[in-house]
Amino acid sequence: MMALDLSRVAAVVRKELRDYRRKRSIVVGMLILPAIFLIEPVLFVFLGAPDPVGDPSYRAPLLLLLLIPVITPSTLAAYSVAGEREQGTLEPLLTTPIRQLEFIIGKAAAVMIPSVGLSYLVFGIYLVVVRLFANPVVAAGIFNEGPMLLALFLFTPLLTGWSIVVGMAVSVRAGEIRVAQQLGMIASLPPLGVVVLMVTGVIAPTFTAALVFAAVLLAVDVLALRGISGLFDRERLVTGSKASRP
Amino acid sequence: MSKRVAWRKIWRKDSVTTEQPALVVDHLTKRFGDRTAFSDVSFEVAQGEVFGFLGPNGAGKTTTVRTLGTLIAPTAGSATVAGIPLTRANGVEIRQRISVMPESPGLYLRLTVAENLEFFAGLYGVRDVRSRIRDALEAVNLAERSGDLCGGLSKGLRQRVGLARALLSDPVIMFLDEPTSGLDPVAAREVHDLINVLRHRGVTIFLTTHRLDEAERLCDRVAILNTTLRTVGRPTELRQQLFTSALVVKTVWPLHDPGLLFKATPGVLSWRADDAGAYVLSVSDPRVAAPEVARALVGVGADILSISEAQHSLEDVYLELVDEDVEARKR
Repeated sequence: MMALDLSRVAAVVRKELRDYRRKRSIVVGMLILPAIFLIEPVLFVFLGAPDPVGDPSYRAPLLLLLLIPVITPSTLAAYSVAGEREQGTLEPLLTTPIRQLEFIIGKAAAVMIPSVGLSYLVFGIYLVVVRLFANPVVAAGIFNEGPMLLALFLFTPLLTGWSIVVGMAVSVRAGEIRVAQQLGMIASLPPLGVVVLMVTGVIAPTFTAALVFAAVLLAVDVLALRGISGLFDRERLVTGSKASRP
Repeated sequence: MSKRVAWRKIWRKDSVTTEQPALVVDHLTKRFGDRTAFSDVSFEVAQGEVFGFLGPNGAGKTTTVRTLGTLIAPTAGSATVAGIPLTRANGVEIRQRISVMPESPGLYLRLTVAENLEFFAGLYGVRDVRSRIRDALEAVNLAERSGDLCGGLSKGLRQRVGLARALLSDPVIMFLDEPTSGLDPVAAREVHDLINVLRHRGVTIFLTTHRLDEAERLCDRVAILNTTLRTVGRPTELRQQLFTSALVVKTVWPLHDPGLLFKATPGVLSWRADDAGAYVLSVSDPRVAAPEVARALVGVGADILSISEAQHSLEDVYLELVDEDVEARKR
């Protein structure tokens, strides 16, 4: 197992975050989507029926909130490699001593940090709004959804991780950033199926179920990360064709 | 601080003591499927040498640089880069000791000049990053622009930022792909001066260029590639190998019977008329033939304007070899 040089990972993260900050479309895109996904849950707080006992409709807004960690990183992840290639910065970057894994982790972390941070911020705002302004019956109903809130907390970084891995995999193969972003977003949605099943009550939303699915999602993320590392071959990235062996 | 002082300050590489070549390429071949990028290429580059790599578009120059820079794997053959065998396992170690400046500098346009360099300094694990960046920027005369966004720089200035980036890691070998492309003559001259300073500091430079005058002025040796290696050598040696020595004789009036005159002159192998009153003589040795030709011309009462040695440029060598390939393809 080769050693990771964390200073190189940190250099990639720093550069990426600087680059995002200076691209207005990225900043605006990252802020608009969570804001939109926050509207319906907040409206539900004020308009929802005060019948919390066993009412699965209290869980529906949480599904919308979980779209944030899926969709927010997908565009950034899709941009991560295709964008470098399109700007002509990929080749100079790959001529440095950076290892494949350092490159992947640095890129992924740079997407993960703002995406997870923003998702938790939106959840926080939602829960504060519920606590302060919701009908006490509605608030009690939402805070009684302990397993769903735990799922929200655990699934956020894991869904973000999945979205990033898939987005980066698509980014390596896609010829254009736009194609990469569209494909990346579609490919990142399947894990939300588990959440849908929990929200609709097909899978009983218990603490055990939340922990089990979080563990499964973590394993899938790790396997996917390992699976795509083969795609991050320097030759493939520079020339578009797979490395030949003598 | 003057630029020259900055250049001397930045590279404090310990003098290279071994005689091992910086670069050894042995029967290296790269194919992409059925297409051969370059084939059976062998050469060596000594430490501290400026090595020119010339060839037409599509000849395989950039693929060779990418292969030696560990970006792509060779199909066959072997190489040693900066003393390290070119294998996938050695990629990180090789890349730590070299720097590659592609033709397009590939800068992050939303970052400043200093931020671009800071990023790459981080990837190379450069110590004392700030002073290193300052020295690299002074070396390319860009210290005043360190806070500018790269997106606002001209092509020439971006090229200089790319060069500063290549200097950051104190490389043993620098691969420069068309480093003066897009630069004005003054900036190009500064790059040439910088390359000469680097040479004196023991840095080996692998220079890909289309500018034959640049190669002739800067390079100790050149290689001409056209999928296969056509030749390697010092420019003067290549001229001697490819072209026989020649004298250019100019007279005020055309000679009455130049054939009779030149055939009888010792040291003259053949001749041809170049223009009215101008003749090109192939000679075995210009130092022997020139006085004989002068005597013969005086003997027939010719009014001599000049007798000079014909100078073949590296461009002549290049065109001769590349045209040979074009002719061969036609056959």
